[in-house]
Amino acid sequence: MLEWLIPAASTSADEIDWLFTLIFWTVGFWFLVAQGILFGFIVKFRRRPGVRSQYIAGESKDEKRWISWPHYVVIACDVVLIAGAIAVWRDVKQVIPTPDETIRVIAQQWAWTFVHPGPDRRLDTPDDVVTVNELHVRNDTTYAFELSSLDVVHSFSIPVFRLKQDAVPGRVITGWFRPTKTGTFDIACAEMCGLGHALMPAVLHIESPEAHAAWLGDRTTVAAATSGSRS
Amino acid sequence: MSMPATAHEVTAVHALESVWSRYVFSTDHKVIGLQYLFTGMAMALLGGFMAYVFRMQLAFPDQVVPLYGLVTAREYNALVTNHGSIMIFWVAMPVLIAGFGNFLIPLMIGCDDMVFPRLNRLSYQIFFVSAVIILISLVVPGGGFGGAWTAYPPLSASAQYNHTPWGAPLWLLAVALEFVAFLLGGINFTVTVMNARAPGMTAMRIPIVVWMIVIASLVFMASVGPLVAGAVMLLLDQTVGTRFYDPTAGGDPLLWQHLFWFFGHPEVYVVLLPATGIVAEIITVFARKKLFAYKTILGTSIATGIISFFVWAHHQFVAGIDPRMAHLFTITTLLISIPIAEMLFAFIATLYGGSIELATPMLWALAFIAEFLIGGVTGIFLGANATDIYLHDTYFVVAHFHYTFFPIGIIATFAAVTYWFPKMFGRRMNETLGKLHFWGTIIPFNLIFIPLFLTGAAGQHRRIYSYENFPQLSTPWLNQLAVLATLALIVMFVFQAVFLVNFFWSMRRGEKVGANPWNANTLEWSAPSPPPHGNFAAMPTVYRGPYEYGVPDRELDYWPQHVAS
Repeated sequence: MLEWLIPAASTSADEIDWLFTLIFWTVGFWFLVAQGILFGFIVKFRRRPGVRSQYIAGESKDEKRWISWPHYVVIACDVVLIAGAIAVWRDVKQVIPTPDETIRVIAQQWAWTFVHPGPDRRLDTPDDVVTVNELHVRNDTTYAFELSSLDVVHSFSIPVFRLKQDAVPGRVITGWFRPTKTGTFDIACAEMCGLGHALMPAVLHIESPEAHAAWLGDRTTVAAATSGSRS
Repeated sequence: MSMPATAHEVTAVHALESVWSRYVFSTDHKVIGLQYLFTGMAMALLGGFMAYVFRMQLAFPDQVVPLYGLVTAREYNALVTNHGSIMIFWVAMPVLIAGFGNFLIPLMIGCDDMVFPRLNRLSYQIFFVSAVIILISLVVPGGGFGGAWTAYPPLSASAQYNHTPWGAPLWLLAVALEFVAFLLGGINFTVTVMNARAPGMTAMRIPIVVWMIVIASLVFMASVGPLVAGAVMLLLDQTVGTRFYDPTAGGDPLLWQHLFWFFGHPEVYVVLLPATGIVAEIITVFARKKLFAYKTILGTSIATGIISFFVWAHHQFVAGIDPRMAHLFTITTLLISIPIAEMLFAFIATLYGGSIELATPMLWALAFIAEFLIGGVTGIFLGANATDIYLHDTYFVVAHFHYTFFPIGIIATFAAVTYWFPKMFGRRMNETLGKLHFWGTIIPFNLIFIPLFLTGAAGQHRRIYSYENFPQLSTPWLNQLAVLATLALIVMFVFQAVFLVNFFWSMRRGEKVGANPWNANTLEWSAPSPPPHGNFAAMPTVYRGPYEYGVPDRELDYWPQHVAS
């Protein structure tokens, strides 16, 4: 149901959206029941002249089932949701599939530097392509990323991938994604990183293999995009 | 002067002294409670004004904000940071725990004052100094600290990164002093409840709000130690160049996050418990019902307090911690929904078979339950690790915690103020103005934060000064939701004037009431209104629990704790 609000463009996005929907309906149902009972009681037991309140201590087992049964239902819902959350988290965060390519993401106040492998599909070779605030990926390809920060804590966020990962100085954090839809989308920093925090947008281009190859081949564009930036 | 003072002069000097000793340097728990309440109210106006300014920037980017001016990115960061800090540390905590804890505990357990009255006064004075320092931190060169209320290093640790050489250390100093004040207060509360109860006030006859304040104080005391240590290290990093949190010198930025959230999450329950206690007191009185399952509620409060220590890393699911840890913290986080849900079920069950009068305090108490339920269920989305990956640091989080903190910090406070006002000042607040204020607050509140669930679910991150740079995240309808939220905030802010008028007018001109205008059972209502220094004419003896309403075969539908038969 998140897709009503924002496109889903990765395999992880589909799984996370599924979990979101599961939680929404589970807690939504019990939320409405609880609110319904609350408002029902408020209406039904309004003060009326001559009608006294009942004396109910709620201490006997018989009375306590009115709260213990809903409580068991909450536990049952929790178990279902925990199972769902663990399953999705495992797929998204723990099991990193063998990547087709690896990209490097470097955050700093206040820009993103992306190192793409060149046509040889390997990093740290002479054909690597470096861009600033612009990430180009191929559709239907499994990417691993290596995320680092040069100064403070940033957070690498791609809403259409449902991907968010803090970049912590002193660490290289790995993750992965597999795009499922071509298009141009936003990348943002999601952790307060100082004065220019709101000025850290980057653009994600998800391209067909052909378009991606054309972009890689067009080195003059790349040179222009990276001129004046870190080398 | 060498001339002997005239009688008139002596009286004037004496009167002057008594004003100072009575209202400023008093050791009376009620005066100190009111000092916390008034300071908290003043800080709430400031914190609310900050929200108005940054919401205006979000709704109408780069336009002049009336009563403020243009908002720069630097100012925006400082405004969101200090709004959060002030609302939690200088509004919710001082009002709920220190304010009502001070006012209520000796009155409700039947003693003349706190066990350590001077320590109590010192606690307020340190708190007051901390409030002055946070205000100063906003106007020093470089401006107020803008690294978010969570103050993650290295950003918060170095002026090279945060560009607030004075603002950051002063902000941290203010927070640390505020913690010291509450440590002193918490010790006092706990010792007082353990040792100074009236004869007959056994553990199971203590009003639930007193229990909850004590449990909250214990949770606070146990959680704040690591953070104070962390804050000292951060202050040293900022000022003398140690590098506890600097990875280039062997430090670790994540250490702060663990220390901060080990305190920060229990802190939610530190303010939640007193708020739920207040609500419990009010619903029993206005439903004329015994509190449903007193012992169970007490058990759930203790369980909540304990579990709250095992959930902190759910704030760090995307922070680069070991992914396997996330499962454990998802389980503990969702576990905490069990005692909290049970407590709310018990409150709802209390209404069953009642004789409910919708007076203003009751409206607030019921609204607390209804609104807090929204905060509770939306917390599940964030406690589940996988959905948190997406929702973390979006407006969904902002909406979620305002649906928990607004009921706690604002709704429960209004419930408490309108309920105990007759005890504080011997007069009643105006009901019509009270209800006007209630609806003028509750309706706009929902119109502020329901839209933010949507903008958050649509991917808008918080703490972003302007969305103009994000084409996908600043679609027209998302911008319209931002405008709706902002206009609702202005409406809500305007209606707070109704409360202020009602409060100050009723203080002097409200209808005079006797000792027990609500026909309530707890001991504070057996003292005169307002109670004198020393509280009770004669120390009360307690004969039964606090919630004996509607007892069969009794003529009256209430049975005060101190009445023998």
